[in-house]
Amino acid sequence: MSFLRGIYIIWYRDLLRFWHDKMRMGTMMMFPLLFLFIFGSGLSKSMGLLGGGVDFVQFMYPGIIGMTVLMSSFMGATSVVWDREFGFLKEVLVAPINRASVAIGKTLGSATIALIQGLIILILAPVIGVSLPGWTVIKLLPLMFLLAACLGSLGVLLATRIRSMEAFQTLMPILTFPMIFLSGVFFPMEGLPVWMNVLVKLNPATYGITPIRQVVLGTSEGTYFGITLFGHTLSLWQDVVILAAFGVTMLILAMWSFSKQE
Amino acid sequence: MNDIIKVENLVKKFGELVAVDNISFTVAMGEIFGFLGPNGAGKTTTINILCTLAKPTSGQASIDGFDVVHQQKQVRQLIGLVFQDPSLDERLSGLQNLRFHAMVYNVPASVSEQRIKQVLTMTELWDRRNNEVRTYSGGMKRRLEMARGLLHHPKVLFLDEPTLGLDPQTRNRLWEYILELQQSEGTTIFLTTHYMDEATKANRIAIIDYGKIVALDTPERLKEIVGKDIISVKTDDNNRAIEEIKLRYQIEARHDSDGLTFEIANGEEFIPSFIKEFGTKILSISLRRPTLDDVFLKLTGRAIREEEVRDSFKAMVRQYGRRMRR
Ligand SMILES: Nc1ncnc2c1ncn2[C@@H]1O[C@H](COP(=O)(O)OP(=O)(O)OP(=O)(O)O)[C@@H](O)[C@H]1O
Ligand SMILES: [Mg+2]
Repeated sequence: MSFLRGIYIIWYRDLLRFWHDKMRMGTMMMFPLLFLFIFGSGLSKSMGLLGGGVDFVQFMYPGIIGMTVLMSSFMGATSVVWDREFGFLKEVLVAPINRASVAIGKTLGSATIALIQGLIILILAPVIGVSLPGWTVIKLLPLMFLLAACLGSLGVLLATRIRSMEAFQTLMPILTFPMIFLSGVFFPMEGLPVWMNVLVKLNPATYGITPIRQVVLGTSEGTYFGITLFGHTLSLWQDVVILAAFGVTMLILAMWSFSKQE
Repeated sequence: MNDIIKVENLVKKFGELVAVDNISFTVAMGEIFGFLGPNGAGKTTTINILCTLAKPTSGQASIDGFDVVHQQKQVRQLIGLVFQDPSLDERLSGLQNLRFHAMVYNVPASVSEQRIKQVLTMTELWDRRNNEVRTYSGGMKRRLEMARGLLHHPKVLFLDEPTLGLDPQTRNRLWEYILELQQSEGTTIFLTTHYMDEATKANRIAIIDYGKIVALDTPERLKEIVGKDIISVKTDDNNRAIEEIKLRYQIEARHDSDGLTFEIANGEEFIPSFIKEFGTKILSISLRRPTLDDVFLKLTGRAIREEEVRDSFKAMVRQYGRRMRR
């Protein structure tokens, strides 16, 4: 019971902060929107059709949804570092709430905020000419939340391990950019050089973005844009299981790591 | 009496540095216990260990019978803290900070709103309750931290230089409230301070220097260590005066900021004869009772006040650094 209370309080604080910080909401959205409008519409003409009669904007769009969710959740979870810097973490650490529940609360809080931002991108679908039936949106939400939660727990884990603010700020782009670029957000996974192919398949984000794309484009049964591992094309459920396994591992490590904090 | 805090042979090392050097003491239930010492003496480190925020290198400490290393959860439930450094969520309002605290400490909803109002009124922050904390002044933030520490009526309250940077009126009002809480709730209070008048409010004081407790007693008894009255004299030749005092009374006088001081019993009766017989020309003379400053000076050979200036400078640098980073 007190475990759930801990999760709820930390989650609630994150949402309150998000609500207070409208600037952050705006700036976090700028990046994906920029990609979507300028990059997407500019390039779609020159790229022509990809597999399955899909043009570049249609291809990019689900990738952008995934990217938004992933970045927002990861960044949100790493705010633990800021809490340490500004001292608020001490208030949390001496409090009579379970430390593991704090790690979960932080993960869920970041994931919820990420989901809200992902929803804003979803609302824009008609504007950029992608049709999204209500049923598709309902199927997308759990996928988005899963991706967000997995990256959130990774964020919490890193934030509890890396103490120096400077080291952290250097590390963030080094981690997030490859994670985004090597996840199939911007290009299909066919015909990549071998080293890149390996990195793409080692990247947990790939297993979150691929299902989102398949649902948006309605190619759910893994024909187009699926992940091929050892000659076998994974189904949507297999992607989800791999991603969830990664997420659960990260979450357990994050809970453990947070409990060990001094 | 019942001892609520027990510390035995506590040691904390940071690499080579021994921040807390084998200290032992107990604090009785309902007592106000003061830690007095210069910067870097190990006060905050001791508090951090007692509050489960740091692990001791060796030795034991317990609060209300719960070990601070092995029974952290029980300890955390019992204590309240006002940290030396800021620990507020600056993005939330004052009210939201307090509500977060009330939720975390499981203050029943039926009393929490009323208590929040009470502490906010006491710290004169009620009118600003809905503003974000980052728009508060330094003193307002400090007051909010105090309000928060008192909110859940902890059994043991740790105050790490609680009134640093507050104006005298606010300090007095906070002290009234703290003493009232001690009376009505039987709260045990563990505080560190640089202000001598504040230390005097404690029932007992431990003087700590380089991680060691050099004296532990009631303020009155500590002052008896100095025992005598303190006489400050200005003369037209202080060096010669020191010589003369040594010859005439066998007393070692010390140079002061702009004169010299020495200690003597029954100072009031001493002064008239001193003025009459002293050979060096006296420009001014004054007498005062010993303070904890003098006790500290006597025990460590250094004045604690010199440190205070450096401390306020440190606080300034810290604040400035934070602002730059934002
Ligand atoms: N995390 C740490 N790592 C290394 N050294 C530390 C750490 N925390 C404290 N110290 C050192 O331990 C010593 C005691 O520090 P502490 O903060 O306990 O002093 P203090 O008595 O609270 O001083 P002040 O009056 O300045 O608050 C200092 O020399 C300090 O540099
Ligand atoms: Mg200190």
